[in-house]
Amino acid sequence: MKAVEAKRLTFTYEGSENPSIMDVNLSIDEGEFIILTGPSGCGKTTLCRCLNGLIPHFYHGRLEGEISVMGLDVKSHSTQELAQHVGLVFQNPENQLFSLTVERELAFGPENLGLPRRETRRRVEWAMRKLNLQGIRDRPPYELSGGQQQKVAIASILTMQPKIIVLDEPTSFLDPKSAVELLSIISNLNKELDMTVILVEHRLDLASSYADRVIVMDEGTVAASGPPSQVYSEESRLRGVGVPKVSILFNQLRSAGIPVKGNPVSVDEAYHYLRLMLGK
Amino acid sequence: MIEVKHVTYTYPNGYTALRNVSLTIQEGDFIAIMGENGAGKTTLIKHFNGLLKPAKGHVTVDSKDTRTVSVASLSKLVGIVFQNPDHQLFSETVRSEVAFALRNFGFDEETVERRVNRILGMLDLSEYAEKSPFALSGGERKRVALASVLSWEPKYVVLDEPTIGQDYRQKERLRMILQQLLSQGKSVIMVSHDVEFVADCKPNIVLMAGGRVIGGGAAEEVLTNPGLLEKCSIIMPQVAQLMRMLGESGVGGRVIDVYSAVESLKTLWRGG
Amino acid sequence: MSMRVFEGFKFTKLNTPIHNMDPRAKFTVVMGIFILALVFTELLPLLILFAVQIPLTASSKTLKRWLGSLKGAAYLAALIFGMNFITGASLTFAFSMTLRFLCLISSFSLFFMTTSPDDLGLALEELKVPYPLTFTFTTAVRLVPTIAADAQTVIDAQKSRGLELEKGNLLKRVRNHIPILIPLIVTAIRRSMEMAEALESRGFGASSKREPMITLKMKPSDYLTILLTSVLTALGVYAKLYLPLPLLEIPYHMPKIPFLNP
Repeated sequence: MKAVEAKRLTFTYEGSENPSIMDVNLSIDEGEFIILTGPSGCGKTTLCRCLNGLIPHFYHGRLEGEISVMGLDVKSHSTQELAQHVGLVFQNPENQLFSLTVERELAFGPENLGLPRRETRRRVEWAMRKLNLQGIRDRPPYELSGGQQQKVAIASILTMQPKIIVLDEPTSFLDPKSAVELLSIISNLNKELDMTVILVEHRLDLASSYADRVIVMDEGTVAASGPPSQVYSEESRLRGVGVPKVSILFNQLRSAGIPVKGNPVSVDEAYHYLRLMLGK
Repeated sequence: MIEVKHVTYTYPNGYTALRNVSLTIQEGDFIAIMGENGAGKTTLIKHFNGLLKPAKGHVTVDSKDTRTVSVASLSKLVGIVFQNPDHQLFSETVRSEVAFALRNFGFDEETVERRVNRILGMLDLSEYAEKSPFALSGGERKRVALASVLSWEPKYVVLDEPTIGQDYRQKERLRMILQQLLSQGKSVIMVSHDVEFVADCKPNIVLMAGGRVIGGGAAEEVLTNPGLLEKCSIIMPQVAQLMRMLGESGVGGRVIDVYSAVESLKTLWRGG
Repeated sequence: MSMRVFEGFKFTKLNTPIHNMDPRAKFTVVMGIFILALVFTELLPLLILFAVQIPLTASSKTLKRWLGSLKGAAYLAALIFGMNFITGASLTFAFSMTLRFLCLISSFSLFFMTTSPDDLGLALEELKVPYPLTFTFTTAVRLVPTIAADAQTVIDAQKSRGLELEKGNLLKRVRNHIPILIPLIVTAIRRSMEMAEALESRGFGASSKREPMITLKMKPSDYLTILLTSVLTALGVYAKLYLPLPLLEIPYHMPKIPFLNP
């Protein structure tokens, strides 16, 4: 069973003339770490909303094509049902935290599902340990730093025990240090819990080394899909993708006639290839 | 010139955000203030137009002490573009939004119209002039906010985290607008934790940590100094990291952008 | 002046007997004071009712802010005093009514300073108030600091564009607040949309039965408090109805002014 399967997915928001995403075909296996990127307005957020049922149940409009998540057809299952299979973490940490303590925030999801107290408690303690939040369990989420808030947001999704986690630019408001920390946590979730991760990001320099595949969207369609090294071409940069500097460097070296091999996406990879080239 | 002399500032809740900070910004300077969230960067820039007044020390803008002049009059010289455009947009049309400050500052209608049209053109917003700012996309709203501050052509343009949420093209466009402002003789001061963007702009950098200024200098100097960057939890630009690692091979130095790196590597390759 | 009043109702986390009391027990005390304050019009009982709150407040280490809330209510209190006195009531009666008002303010102030909104929400849930309502309550409380911060940011941004809030006549000043209100409202609406999305994504409304993970537990001391309060309240009402009360009188009346107090 595929984690996500989309065929010719097209969605036009109510009141809009043109579709925000068009003819999107997607196939994501369980356990994959996918980066979804592209210039502003390319349809990344719209696609995310299709993954947990916000489209078409919360955002009304015309949804054509097929989209299924963990084998469930999104059109015929409510967001509440899908919430147990796919979790969505939003860009602004403040607006997705509701409770007055971290502990209760983590319990919020399972409580919504009507789970028995003991089960909720078990899940909350587990998620707290996984994300190292025990020290702040009694703090109000709105008093925490951005990085801590996003960790709480992720933990409160984890208590719903989804198999897929979708994150829409979660590091937007974070400084680089917190962003790196958060991305490493997300990578751990992918590796240790075998969760499928779909990460919408502009900061590709920080996130690329974790990804199995990068999907580039442009103007509502999928423009490229493949391993990072393959996708970070000059073409992508011109589309407005925030290609990591080392990738740009290598593309430009090759344009200048320097026969460097490899398509690095991280500094370490780039260093490796440069040393090879320089014959050291 | 903006002079910050030994400024200490404590918020009403007791948190001391600035400790004995001193800084001078000359006309025409291009400065990036960098540091961790909570280092005091935003608190500092709010002192430039008098929104905050120092508890100790003083701030003067073109020889005027910020404690003796109103925020409105200081704002004529120092234009601050805040991070979230939705905290300021309120007008029916983009045109009236951009004209708002000009009218507050008492410009006559003819000048207002002229300046509004000029800035809308400069920022590619002319087609949206009669639209409601609320109907625009996030990136467009950010440009409208910028336009509404640039409209009165302040001498010192201050931007608080201008690249958050922006994609690569939007950032490039911003970089060019900043260059344009500098060529017009304006001073540009930006608070940013976007290292790659700062590396592309190559301003002078002021580093802050724990409410203090802990270092500064040309971008090439600062962004290649691991000790300093460590103290502010800033990650070195990728290209600089790479060149530093190759440093042992006789390259490296003060390279922070792709172009210079390509040149250095070309030399190395040919010489090698 | 006005900000002080809010301080007198803000919760701070401390470890005192009153803080640790179950909110339901505390609320019973507030209700008891409320009932007795309404039942009595005589000065002495009201004085006692008011005085009794002082040691309670002191024990919860919130005395300073409690006084602040009373100070904040001073204008209203003076108004009540004045209205009563001018329309012909005795000095005693005017004092009594003022005291009654202060009793109510002070008891609610003490309650809110020592009860976390979190516990309040839990108490409401336990009292079987429908969940959407308790959620609305806790969300409102949770949003107060956020909206306050937003308001400050909007004011800063607009001041930086030359908006001067202090200048001009009344009409101008009111109009000058439009650039503050609109961004606040728009931001609030955007926030609600985002929160609604996040709620849906967290399964809100999936099940009509909820088992809150954390529940309030009444301790023996809480039951004792409720018992004691009920008994004292009942005694008070009995005393008012059937017993002659010692009177504290200040024999002074407002001179008769024809149109005010014929």
